[in-house]
Amino acid sequence: MIERSYEKFFRQNRLPHLWCPGCGNGIGMKAIVQAIEKKSGWTQDNTVIVSGIGCSSRASGYMDFDTLHTAHGRAIPFATGIKLANPELNVVVITGDGDCTAIGGNHFIHGCRRNIDLTVVLFNNNIYGMTGGQASPTTPLGKKATTAPYGSVDRPFDACKLAEAAGATYVARSTAFHVQHLTKMIEDGMDNKGFSFIEALVQCPTAYGRRNKIGEPAKMMAWMRDNAVMKNAWDKLPDEKKLEEKFPIGLLYKSEAEDYDTAYSHVIEIAGGAAK
Amino acid sequence: MSKAKLMQGNGAIAEGALAAGVRFYGGYPITPSTEIAEGMAKMLPAVGGIFMQAEDEIAGMGLVLGASLAGKKVLTASSGPGISLKQELIGYAAAAEIPVVIVNVQRVGPSTGQPTAPSQGDVMQARWGTHGDHSVIVLSPWSVREAYDVAVRSVNYAERFRTPVILLTDEIVGHLRENVELPEEIEIYPRRTPKKTRAEGYEPYAPDDDLVPNVANFGEGYHIHVTGLIHDETGFPVGSPKVTEDFINRMHEKISRAADEIIDVKQDFMDDAEFAVVSFGGTARTAYESVKNARAKGIKVGLIRLVTIFPFADKILHDLAGKLKGIVVAELNYGQIVHEVRRAVEGQCKVNLCAKYNMQIFEPEEIESAIEEIVKEVNG
Amino acid sequence: MKSEFTLKLERCKGCGICVAFCPKQVLALDKLGKVYVANHENCIACGQCELRCPDYAIFMDKVKEAAK
Repeated sequence: MIERSYEKFFRQNRLPHLWCPGCGNGIGMKAIVQAIEKKSGWTQDNTVIVSGIGCSSRASGYMDFDTLHTAHGRAIPFATGIKLANPELNVVVITGDGDCTAIGGNHFIHGCRRNIDLTVVLFNNNIYGMTGGQASPTTPLGKKATTAPYGSVDRPFDACKLAEAAGATYVARSTAFHVQHLTKMIEDGMDNKGFSFIEALVQCPTAYGRRNKIGEPAKMMAWMRDNAVMKNAWDKLPDEKKLEEKFPIGLLYKSEAEDYDTAYSHVIEIAGGAAK
Repeated sequence: MSKAKLMQGNGAIAEGALAAGVRFYGGYPITPSTEIAEGMAKMLPAVGGIFMQAEDEIAGMGLVLGASLAGKKVLTASSGPGISLKQELIGYAAAAEIPVVIVNVQRVGPSTGQPTAPSQGDVMQARWGTHGDHSVIVLSPWSVREAYDVAVRSVNYAERFRTPVILLTDEIVGHLRENVELPEEIEIYPRRTPKKTRAEGYEPYAPDDDLVPNVANFGEGYHIHVTGLIHDETGFPVGSPKVTEDFINRMHEKISRAADEIIDVKQDFMDDAEFAVVSFGGTARTAYESVKNARAKGIKVGLIRLVTIFPFADKILHDLAGKLKGIVVAELNYGQIVHEVRRAVEGQCKVNLCAKYNMQIFEPEEIESAIEEIVKEVNG
Repeated sequence: MKSEFTLKLERCKGCGICVAFCPKQVLALDKLGKVYVANHENCIACGQCELRCPDYAIFMDKVKEAAK
């Protein structure tokens, strides 16, 4: 076989990974390294992967870069510190729905607000997988979790709308089914000099799918295929056809704003520290 | 012309940290520490450094840990509730061995407490605030000039031992203004650097001779992995009893083996002392006055002042206690360091607590009374 | 034959994603739950299997007919 070039981005001695059979995180992780591979100027030496805590965040340990597995919810502050301390580095954050929108929610919105130049990829599996299936802020209404045994009554977040409202300058969504599309969304996010947020819907067959009788991993991915609607088509869809499980994928929002590194470089200039 | 300038304790900490090479500050405003953030916001960009006001105390810690891993010397400061919030990431810094200095300008707690009033109630939190067994260095200055020196030392220790260092000051010293003359030259401990290349089998968490690892900065091509999970020399998590035990041992031993060097205890009037006051930080200023007054009354009493609070000066206290009849521990709390003193003294002499926790600093007479009391108790 | 498969079975967790999304039923899981190529002759070298394998266990290379 022809050796896959992306394999060099994995720490081969750490594979196979610890994710359950059929978990979508492996697909998300591959999409990220394939996006990095397409980026000219992004190398294993100048790219840092930062993650929080949870299933998603174990990805950093498998990726052959400088990698940082932080504390629960705190990936974005660590990543921000890295980026400001050394703006030459490309910084990618891998986070999960609980990590990013629950315990790390404040950091998430403020990262967006500052438009710090990070690429944040959220593996959204709608559940806390690592700890056995507790409800997260993206668990849909009525779906079951160990901490919502009668079905969740907590209204879920739309993480993309949250990012947009908070000031992120690039917001996109894709799924584990749409691998090439997901890769492209991440790659385009990396092009944006500012806070880029990509929500990757990933299946959790073990802690979410089984409890909610959704079935096999492939069936969960088929659900993504059948319900994801490309943004262009979504915008043309009359409201009555935006049925309950349908959701848009693609580039959802893009705007122009100065990134934080650049903004702070003006402060340094005014303060007279530019030459130092 | 004198080079002396009027400075505040908090300002001296900022100046000292800057002089020691700090180029990144992340933090959240909180009384009575805010002047440190304000000082850094002004001074850092002027030397090409970065100041960032975080969205919360936890983020302030995350920012500085990220920046430290990317190669900057870093500082954060807070007080009371903010320090409580920072604890998880102080533990992360201990476990992942990330150099960082955390200033705690103590105010009255618990909870929101008395935000503008001085206290020394966070002594044990400084040592044991985060979960798990770990090492930490805690230093406490008693003057504005010493605040500067201790800031320099804190940065140096953080780098040398790759550990969180708590600069434990209090509202007394933090807001104290004094004329100080700053040193023209200071010793600076540089960031540790890898001694092997990747090809030579570099392992980021392999301890050097002093048990401290030479962890590469991000972006230097080493492809290191940093985690708060217990890890082996490669940096990757390992679920093994032996690795866990070795890891926790090394966390402690890298500090304990250098304890004699780190421990800084100042002694005044101790040559012929039969009694002593043990104190630290802002309270030691009053204690000094009390000791002088008691001496004037003919009591042979001295002052033992802890600049280094942890690692605790077990041996020094133990040896001194053998020659003393009694010790008064004066601290602005319900009684914290007194337990450490009693532990170190091992019953060789009487140890009394002189505690105060009503928002107000000690009056010299209060500690004097405690000295007279212990003299009476011992000599009858 | 239009394709050549490489299976890294130590990575395969038997999730069945490749089997389910193969449009020509080329793949199957064996009794131990690992993937195997059951009907190679039906393969159209679309690469859907490799694309979605979350464990990087299956690789499909296109083979030119002339090379046979």
